[in-house]
Amino acid sequence: MSLRSPLRRVTGLGSAKDGAGHWYAQRVTGMALVLLGAWFVLGLATLGGATHGNVVEWLGSPGASALAVILVLTTAYHALLGLQVVIEDYVADNGTRLAVLLVVKFALVVAAAIGVLAVLRIAFGVPA
Amino acid sequence: MAERARPLSPFLHYRWQYTNTLSILHRITGVLLSLGFLLLVYWLAAVAAGPDRYASALETLSSLPAQAVFFGLAFSFCYHLLNGIRHLFFDFGVGFELKTARASGWAVAAGALVLGLLVWAAVRAGLGGAA
Repeated sequence: MSLRSPLRRVTGLGSAKDGAGHWYAQRVTGMALVLLGAWFVLGLATLGGATHGNVVEWLGSPGASALAVILVLTTAYHALLGLQVVIEDYVADNGTRLAVLLVVKFALVVAAAIGVLAVLRIAFGVPA
Repeated sequence: MAERARPLSPFLHYRWQYTNTLSILHRITGVLLSLGFLLLVYWLAAVAAGPDRYASALETLSSLPAQAVFFGLAFSFCYHLLNGIRHLFFDFGVGFELKTARASGWAVAAGALVLGLLVWAAVRAGLGGAA
């Protein structure tokens, strides 16, 4: 016997509403970040000096700019999914949990937007 | 007869062991890396702001406390990366045998320390010792 209501069964959503989607997205972004993270760390390691010119030359090329934008967005999404689970596990009070979740999500969206705009600015020409 | 206290949640009566150590480390490094993401955005914004603003940001990032933070981030990055891959294998049902899981756990911990040092040193060299 199932304790779930017929409506719940027909919509196919568990108690967490979209647990499988969250779980799956965490892993897909994780796999992407294995590659993106390796690319970024290798790029930093082979920069040959942290001068502004070097960084712009590297991140200003179309391929690197594209990967950097994807890195920023994927990291933000992966962090959002992960932090959400941590917060849901450790913040017991409903109101506090909602507040913390909102603050973290807003902060990540703002950070991601700044990151993307920064990369675009590097791609389209930084003021010298 | 007094009612026996009901068990609360697993983490309150389970014995501390390597499995939950690795698990909580994955979470802690994940949270640290989220903060590291803010640092990445700060760095990108500094690059986009032009050479002068970038130079002053680089000075901040070269301070001794910043160096310690970078080492922590390099370790967190490598630990989260390696253990994340370990968990991807788990997701496919591979490596659940006690011996395998224990061995991969140790490999992740040791590998993260070694790789973390390497990444920290390599990035430091790549940036010309500036960060």
